[in-house]
This record gives sequence, structure tokens and C-alpha cells, in this order.
Amino acid sequence: MKFGTEIVVLSLVAFAALVAAGFGVEGPFRQHMGVLFFAVAGFTAILLRNTDFKPAAPIDTSAYMDGPIRYGAIATVFWGVVGMLVGVIIALQLAYPDLNIQPWFNFGRLRPLHTSGVVFAFGGNALLCTSLYVVQRTCRARLFGGKLAWFVFWGYQLFIVMAATGYLLGITEAREYAEPEWYVDLWLTIVWVAYLILFLGTILKRKEPHIYVANWFYLSFIVTIAMLHVVNNLSMPASFLGSKSYSAFSGVQDALTQWWYGHNAVGFFLTAGFLGMMYYFVPKQANRPVYSYRLSIVHFWAIIFLYIWAGPHHLHYTALPDWAQTLGMAFSIMLWMPSWGGMINGLMTLSGAWDKLRTDPIIRMMVMAVAFYGMSTFEGPIMSIKTVNSLSHYTDWTIGHVHSGALGWVGMISFGAIYYMVPKLWNRERLYSLRLVTWHFWLATLGIVVYAAVMWVSGIMQGLMWREYDEQGFLVYSFAETVAAMHPFYVMRAIGGAMYLTGALLMAWNVTMTILGHQREEQPMPGSEPALRPAE
Amino acid sequence: MGLMDKHAIIEKNATLLLVGSLLVVTVGGIVEIAPLFYLDNTIEKVEGMRPYSPLELAGRNIYVREGCYLCHSQMIRPFRDEVERYGHYSLAAESMYDHPFQWGSKRTGPDLARVGNRYSNEWHVQHLMDPRSVVPESIMPRYAFLKDAPIEVKDFSTHLVANARVGVPYSDDMIAHANADLMAQADPNADASGVEKRYPKAKVGDLDGNPQQVTEMDALVAYLQMLGTLVDFKTYDDAAGYR
Repeated sequence: MKFGTEIVVLSLVAFAALVAAGFGVEGPFRQHMGVLFFAVAGFTAILLRNTDFKPAAPIDTSAYMDGPIRYGAIATVFWGVVGMLVGVIIALQLAYPDLNIQPWFNFGRLRPLHTSGVVFAFGGNALLCTSLYVVQRTCRARLFGGKLAWFVFWGYQLFIVMAATGYLLGITEAREYAEPEWYVDLWLTIVWVAYLILFLGTILKRKEPHIYVANWFYLSFIVTIAMLHVVNNLSMPASFLGSKSYSAFSGVQDALTQWWYGHNAVGFFLTAGFLGMMYYFVPKQANRPVYSYRLSIVHFWAIIFLYIWAGPHHLHYTALPDWAQTLGMAFSIMLWMPSWGGMINGLMTLSGAWDKLRTDPIIRMMVMAVAFYGMSTFEGPIMSIKTVNSLSHYTDWTIGHVHSGALGWVGMISFGAIYYMVPKLWNRERLYSLRLVTWHFWLATLGIVVYAAVMWVSGIMQGLMWREYDEQGFLVYSFAETVAAMHPFYVMRAIGGAMYLTGALLMAWNVTMTILGHQREEQPMPGSEPALRPAE
Repeated sequence: MGLMDKHAIIEKNATLLLVGSLLVVTVGGIVEIAPLFYLDNTIEKVEGMRPYSPLELAGRNIYVREGCYLCHSQMIRPFRDEVERYGHYSLAAESMYDHPFQWGSKRTGPDLARVGNRYSNEWHVQHLMDPRSVVPESIMPRYAFLKDAPIEVKDFSTHLVANARVGVPYSDDMIAHANADLMAQADPNADASGVEKRYPKAKVGDLDGNPQQVTEMDALVAYLQMLGTLVDFKTYDDAAGYR
């Protein structure tokens, strides 16, 4: 029977969820288990409708396994749009507080939905599907473990659904970017270990003697995230039939553990993993080899060693002991060098292919991504200097910095990878429309520029207003006055975000039409064929 | 380049690559985090710190649930403007029973580390019900639903036990009285002397303007009203606490 084991196991899970929904000790947990029941039962019903009793056709084990990658590409686009839409909504809530709808759609519950939505749902699916795409092609091996890839894909989607619905119900550990509660964390641990086995297993059965550089980055991302996730989420549940748990650490130790995690969620999830993406898709799209093999070795080891130290710069001038703050600052500044090593290696890969910037909007997107990577990894070390941080900390400047990295680097390199992969995954000759990619590129780029510039102004202004004294030695502004001064910037920021979201919607349209097999009739990109000139 | 040639060994062995990168990424965390658990001077010696009362803990859980930390810090930095605006800079000791910490990373709203006793209970209730009715510039969401939500906890002592397991000094006496203390602190008809004995400086009495019921609003106000009030800074020696 097709899906026989899956149907039995999932039915049991659905039943257990129903029992927990009945016996939970608090309302939110009962509701959350209800969500789990409907999600698993619905999935089981779909499997039941698709089952049959004919003997299954033999699987061609010499071909690459691209099914989960196709689903992953669709999931990336879908969650990207969802996460960015929630971002625009919460941006508008800050400008127009009446848009808060209590209790489920208040800012405090929607904000983790936005951050987890874009980081883990959009970024996570992008990493998942590109890593499985890249590892097969660079190892010339089919994915390891049979159906394991499907478990990883659907298990990760279940994690996303449980995390997202939990936030709306108010189920959170209050650890930024690690908000899901203990039972969702345990589930993610299982899925993540399966992902590690899947990825490492595929590398182990490779037919290429060397492990390609992209896979170093993907592998270090997977294993480091496992370490960070497990340590940061150690907690003691108040009841095994309730959602609430208490962190294993308290106060100052808890703070540094959290920001050791938080900063390296940026360092390994949003940087190392996406560098892996860069090392495969930029050379492929540009049709040029990676610029420097030696540089990739040096910057790989340097970046993974240095990144992990940088966490304390999130806690400058707090009750964290000075020695730890200073250590964190020193390593954050050193981190600038290996970060730019990656940027240089990515940009210089275009040596001899720079003309493609004129004609290929996908390359343009990837180059812009690497450029934003360079900019935000320069801004980061600056902001980690204690004197600068005393002004920037707690303000919108930090938010702007994060978005120049997230929208500029992570977003753009993922879009580039999606545009590269989708026609190949569905055996289409080309994308539905390259002109739409150009529109996406400009909407996204301008959106980021608006966003980052507005947040610089508002952040620095906010920081200066908080510390401004008059001649008599009194504080000039009350806190409420500084909040009122932010309003125009919050409106403009929402506009920048909306532009970026519009670009993502164009991508969703473009990808959908490509998958459906349409090709838009359009003029070739100008400059692709140089006009003939008479000889002189 | 002899060293670079040797790198080929790692490139051809996935296990070496895995173990090598895992070792490299563990170093920073061990050097920075582990000492915080055993260096004596990490947490200042202060008087007055005590575990949260059951109602305060329930209020803190609501603070966490609603994501208040996303807009409000609880960490006053040692700068002239912050100290004048919010009070004495925060000490590590003041969050030593906080699982999790709530220092925050963003001040869309003001710092709350010492908001306790700054405003009346009535102000807090009105402000949470409709923030713009008391602060016209505010962009905070409304939390009126808290006043209609009775505290729903089947057995609150499990929460104290969980905290005790991770190191908060809840005594057996405190755990035994957890459920009674939870209600007594905000019930004007109950005898709250036990709460005051076990948890000095706790705000006792009807906090949300509704004496009939102990609500989530009671809990949140109890928590907000004790924030930053435990350590007596008249007797605290800044120089001795400097690290």
C-alpha cells in the first residue's frame, strides 16, 4: 500500500494531538494541540486520497531526487510572500496603532511571526531546497536515505505551522528568533538531525573526490545551528500537558546564551548557509569559476571561528561583565575581514563576465545581494564598537541594519537562486519573463534603499533625542515626544517594505507561470546583441 | 603552499570536515559563556532580591506571552540620560531569578526596568486598556482583554517547581502556598499576610479595579508594580559592585 506506514503513524500522531487538546492544562496549549490535530489529520486525509494498492513503479536511483526540492522552491516563494506581508502589516501598526487587533493580532504577537516567517520559513526553505539541489549536483549523487528528504521537508513545514500558530496564541519562550516553546523545539531538533543525516549521507556517497566549497558552508551551517538550537532552548516545562517552560539559565547567563544564539542565527543561518548558495549559483549563472580557491579556504575557517564570538555586542553597556563585552566587540571588528573575503570571492567570480550585468537581471540580483552583504558586514562591525553602540542600541538603526542584510543579502541571493533553479527543476526552457525579473530587481533594490535610509535617519535621530540636554542641564525630550517624532519615518518604512513585497509578488507570479509552462513573448534585453557598426 | 595542499585532506573527508567545523565553532561560546557561571564577580552582592510571588510570576508570563519585550527593554545602561530618565542603572543581580531574562533589544516604548511604583495601579489599568487615553503620542496596542480574562491556572505550584528546578530559591513553604497566594495577593477579601511575609514589597490588594475576580490584568499590574523595587539603592555600594 502506497503511504501505508505514513498513514498509520500520522493517524496515531493526530490521535495523540486530539488527546492533548482535551487534557491540556491551559487554554492556549489546548488550542495549539487542536491546530496540530487538524494539520496532521488533514495531511493524513490527503495521503489517504492518494494511496493505491498497485505495486509501486521502481524508482530510478541513478537520477537526482528533485521532488522535495520542487516543493521547497514553491514553499520558499509562498512563505517569503507571507513573511514579508506580515512585515508590512507590523510596520503599519507602528505608524497607525489602531491596526492592532487584540489579542491575536497585536504587534507583540505578530512580530515573532514576521521574524520567524522570513528567517526560518522563507530563508529556511530556501536553504533546505538549494542545499539539497547543490549537494546532489556537486557530489553527483542521489540524496541519501530514500524518503528521508520528504520527512525533512514536511517535518520542517509542520515546525513552521506550529511555531507560527503558537505565536498568535501567545505561546512563546521570549527568546528572539528562538521563540517556539519546548515541544516545538523538540520537534525541530528531530527534523534537524534528519536533515544533517540526509545532507552528510549524500556527501558520503559522492562520486567526486573533493567536497565542493558550497557544501562546506552548508554543512557548517547545519551542524552549528543544531548546537545553537539545542543549547539555547534548554528549558524546564511547568507541565508536559502545558506550553509554558522556564529557561534553564537566568539573567546575565541567559542573556549571553540567547545572544550567542541570536547573533549566530545571523552568522550561520543567514550568512554561512547563504554563502553556500552564493558559491554554487553565482558561478553557475555567470558561467565562470569561483575567483579564488585559496581565499575560500581562508575565509571559510576564519568566518566560522570568529562569528561565534560576536554575540556580546548585543549586550553592550548592560549588566554583562565588561570583559565579555570587550571580547565580543574585538571579535566583531575582526569579523569584517572574513566577511569581505566572501564578498570579494563572490564579486570577483564575475571577472570576465561583468557585461552580463547589462543583459542578465538574475546576475544583477546576485551581484546586488553580494554588494549588500558587503555593506551590512561593514556596518555591523561599526555598530559593534561600544561608543557607536551606545547611540545605536535600542533604536531603529539596528532594525535598518538587519534589513539591509536580510532584504539585501539573504532575500536577493535567494531570489537569484530561485530564478536559476525553477526552469531547470520543471524542465522549462526559460523563465516566464525576464522583464518581470528586472521589475523585481528594481522594486526590491529601491525598497531596501528607502527602508535602510529611513531607519538610519529615524534611529540616529531617536538616539540623539534621548540623550539631548538643554543649557540648564535638563533632558530636552520626554520619551513620548521621541515616539511622536518617529511617525513619518514609520510611514516611509512601510512604503519601502511594500515595494519589496510587491517585487516578491511579481516573483510569485513569474514562478507560477514558469511552472505552468508559459513563456511570455517579449523583446530581448537591450544590450544583449551589440548593434553592428560599419567599419571605418 | 604546503598548508593549502594539506587542506585537500579535509576536503576529501566529510567526517573530518564535520568534526573540524564543530570544534572551531564551539570555542567562542565556551570562552565567553562558561566563565559567567563560575566567576564570582559576575553577579553583584545585593540585598532584597527575592523570587517572584505567584501572581507576579503569572503577570510576568503574560508580559512574555504578549511580547512586551519586543518594544520595552528592562536594562538601564550606565549613562547620564538613562539614569536620569529611568533610575539607577540595572544590576546583573536584579535579573538573577529571571527565567528567561527580559532585557530586550529595542525601545519602541520606554525602559521598564524600574517602572514599579512610578504610576498608580489605576494609571496602569487605564493605560493597558487604552494607551492613547493617557499618553496621546503612544503607539502601544490595547490590552483591554486582560481585564476580562480570569487567571486560568489549574495548579500554579507546578510553575514554582519548574523554576525551583532551574535554580530559583522557592522554598517548600512557598510552593505549598502557591495556589492560595496567587489568589490572595489580588483579592481584597482574602488574608494576604502570608503573601507579604513570603514576598516582601509585593503589591497586595485589588489591582485592576475589579474586586470580584482575579484577572490577568491583576497579575500584569502586580508584576509591573514590583519591577526594579526590590534592591534598596540607598545601601548599595556602586564601587563594590563594579566589574
